[in-house]
Amino acid sequence: MIKVLFFGRLRELLDCSGLEISDFEQTTVAQLRIELANRGAKWAEFIAGNNALAAVNQEMVEENSLIKSGDEVAFFPPVTGG
Amino acid sequence: MISVQEADFNLSTQYEMLRAKDNTDGAIVTFIGLVRDFNQGHDVTGLFLEHYPAMTAKSLEKISERAKERFKVNQLDIIHRVGQLALGDQIVYVGVSSPHREEAFACAQFVMDYLKKEAPFWKKETRKDQQQDIWVETNQKDKEALKKWQ
Repeated sequence: MIKVLFFGRLRELLDCSGLEISDFEQTTVAQLRIELANRGAKWAEFIAGNNALAAVNQEMVEENSLIKSGDEVAFFPPVTGG
Repeated sequence: MISVQEADFNLSTQYEMLRAKDNTDGAIVTFIGLVRDFNQGHDVTGLFLEHYPAMTAKSLEKISERAKERFKVNQLDIIHRVGQLALGDQIVYVGVSSPHREEAFACAQFVMDYLKKEAPFWKKETRKDQQQDIWVETNQKDKEALKKWQ
């Protein structure tokens, strides 16, 4: 099982703050994006693009980073703090 | 010291915390970011700061560690506020103490440049000319700010 979280504009666009994927095998961030994009048109548009950054276990990661069971994955827009 | 909080902070208190710690200090630099009344061509009346609670402090810790490796500083404190903020409110505080001013100035700027690029905060502005609150876009200047450190 993995937990996937969404923040900021992305959370609003998807109307989803998070979900759990229970039937899960080790994958990459890029592959998870493709799987999430299958959930519908909005998902395909906002998750697959370059506009959603990814973090695994609260660390920013690259597209080829591995995700394993128990991980917390997050997708979010470029940050605008400070 | 790193803190992510809704509460406001007080510069005098923060300054005294920095000052009392180390007699090798020759310089203290502090930076405070505020909510201003215009952004990207719009009149702003307030903003909401969302964050990723599990990641924010961790991300600031990482930036702080990198800054301390790079600059000879004694103390580095970061406070970032979240939640609803009004015009003129304080958003972020960076305080640095160091034997020398150059290192203190550079360290504060380094922290702010990386914070604006990596720390998971998102601003949503209330604007006079728009009915719905608008998520702030990143600007090119912030994207390019890291180049000077690479």
